[in-house]
Amino acid sequence: MRRREKGSPARTAWFVVAGLVAFMLVLAGCGGGGSSSGTSASGGGGEELQKLGKGEGELNLISWAGYVEPEWVKPFEQETGCKVNDKIGGTSDEMVNLMKTGQYDGVSASGNATARLWAAHEVAPVNTSLVPNYKTVFADLKDQPYNTFEGKPYGIPHGRGANLLMWNSNDVKPGPESWEITLDPKVAAKYKGHITQYDDPMSIAEGALYLMNHEPSLGIENPYELNEEQFDAAVELMKEQKPFVGEYWSSAEQQIEGFANGSNQVGTTWQYQYFALKGENEPVAASPASQGFLPKEGATGWSDTWMISVHAKHPNCMYMWMNYIISPQANAEVAEFFGEAPAQEKACEHTENPNFCSEYHAEEPAFWKRVYYWETPLAECSEGGETDCMDYNDWVRAWTEIKG
Amino acid sequence: MATDAVVVKRSAGRRFAGLFHGRPRLQIGSLLAAPMAWLVILYLGSLVVLLVTAFWTVDPLSGSVIKELSFENFEELVNVPVYREIAWRTIRTAALVTLTDAIIAFPIAFYMAKVAGRKTKALLVVAVLMPLWASYLVKIIAWRAILAEHGVLNWALNPIGLHGPGQGVTSVWLVMSYLWLPYMILPIFAGLERIPDSLISASEDLGAHPFTTFRRVILPLAFPAVVAGSIFTFSLTLGDYLAPKLVSNEQFIGTSIFDSITNNQPFAAAFALVPIVVVIAYLGVARKLGAFEHV
Repeated sequence: MRRREKGSPARTAWFVVAGLVAFMLVLAGCGGGGSSSGTSASGGGGEELQKLGKGEGELNLISWAGYVEPEWVKPFEQETGCKVNDKIGGTSDEMVNLMKTGQYDGVSASGNATARLWAAHEVAPVNTSLVPNYKTVFADLKDQPYNTFEGKPYGIPHGRGANLLMWNSNDVKPGPESWEITLDPKVAAKYKGHITQYDDPMSIAEGALYLMNHEPSLGIENPYELNEEQFDAAVELMKEQKPFVGEYWSSAEQQIEGFANGSNQVGTTWQYQYFALKGENEPVAASPASQGFLPKEGATGWSDTWMISVHAKHPNCMYMWMNYIISPQANAEVAEFFGEAPAQEKACEHTENPNFCSEYHAEEPAFWKRVYYWETPLAECSEGGETDCMDYNDWVRAWTEIKG
Repeated sequence: MATDAVVVKRSAGRRFAGLFHGRPRLQIGSLLAAPMAWLVILYLGSLVVLLVTAFWTVDPLSGSVIKELSFENFEELVNVPVYREIAWRTIRTAALVTLTDAIIAFPIAFYMAKVAGRKTKALLVVAVLMPLWASYLVKIIAWRAILAEHGVLNWALNPIGLHGPGQGVTSVWLVMSYLWLPYMILPIFAGLERIPDSLISASEDLGAHPFTTFRRVILPLAFPAVVAGSIFTFSLTLGDYLAPKLVSNEQFIGTSIFDSITNNQPFAAAFALVPIVVVIAYLGVARKLGAFEHV
């Protein structure tokens, strides 16, 4: 008879686990060397496409809700044979993360995602000569810091708009003309538990924009470029708002439901939710056209860019899509559906509402000076090459602290 | 010839079987190899990967993972007060949910195990299990509608001058208590069923007050079952992120991990170790209380 081993099962189990940990730690160490040496350039990646080939039959997109809808996707699929699969991103963070899986061909990225995608080597430069409709894109959307890096265009402008202040017109009377209704504790207290705020660090910029108007002594010039003092003031404002917030919303559907069931009464929204609720005959209102759709302080907003992944498996289809979505007809449709200003000059001739472009100020560069497009906050401030601005990590951390 | 072939075949099979003869360790080893590989490589392995990731960091701009050993995430977890607050809030809610479920579940389980007739018992078991057939997400969204400003709860409470909890920790507590109740009822039910009726009769025969019987006979015998149930309710509440996201404006460990996953996976991994440590500690206490005696 062989003798039994002395070790107890529990001890054996611990040996196995300890061995695994050691093995994984070795693996972790090896992984470090490999990946850090692979990244040399400052950002971007891959080469721009030189010649447009045949469509690959499929296209995988990440988009904001309302950007990829059957009305204009079906004609595209028939025209090009590229079957479109769309994944909705709720936040820019989510989009950046989805792009990192390498499974998507392109993304409708806002300005707070573009720089990060570029820095992470996830997007390739775009050869605009293969996108004929690019010529007639509004000039003030081209060569912007959020879509052009190191002199190369990294995407095709899609459209732009301002984040809206929306309210339930039965509960909130008269209609507010200022963000103070959500940000001034004295006014906001009246709607305690019914204020809704976008669950994203970008919301801090809303606080900064408010302070820019109401606390001029802070000297804020750009709500995304804040030094420590300005940043702390904005964070403090958002912390004061917290007790009155009923819900930090992170998906359009969640907010639509919140307004429909009466839990939400006033807060920041996108045109998509506003029109969806209007379509359901819910009593919602937003800053009217007579006020330029903006509360008196102006608003944060976005200027979105279709970017192509360096890992794109269907680059030809992606180029066809980028050209299609800014074609006059399709760009008019998406702009009118979503409620944003089109990127394409000629789209204004194709909108169902003949006054659409003038109502949305599509052709007035001066109007857009009051709309602060989302940007990725960087340590380096654009003015004077100073580096004392708070970077995106600080914003993310502060946002967690604000929510408590 | 033909018979030869059969002999050869048999001997191959026999030789293979012979390999195992007299080698009990090889027998048991080959039997358990596949399930053990599953447990060790996929289950424990992924936990180890989680542990390792917690020591990495991310590049602030690109969000790319930097695979170098660092204690930054843990320092942040300990030094930034908001994370302590989130962890404490989550643990507190988990404890409250566990307590609530235990208080509600015990009488139900007792009725099922000791009072109800066979038919009623079967009916009650089905009734307890029934909610588990519906998706848990659907149930949370249903609660969202119930708790909404114009929802059924406020509709019922407003006439008597009350107002529902709205969005917040109270709602999370309510929803979680509802969600995990069956996981508390079933172990207690099983535990109570195991108590022989003769013990209760004996206690009565000896002149004990029903309350004394409950306190001195039933409760001590059923307590390990309550602890077993509490493991479910406690750890399920600790890890959940959908209910807090959908019915509250507060952050819990689960929602913080969810938010960090999109731009800081190493930090999410570090935070994920907090509930693991808490649950291990809880299991240690549960073991001391005898929750695993009948497992």
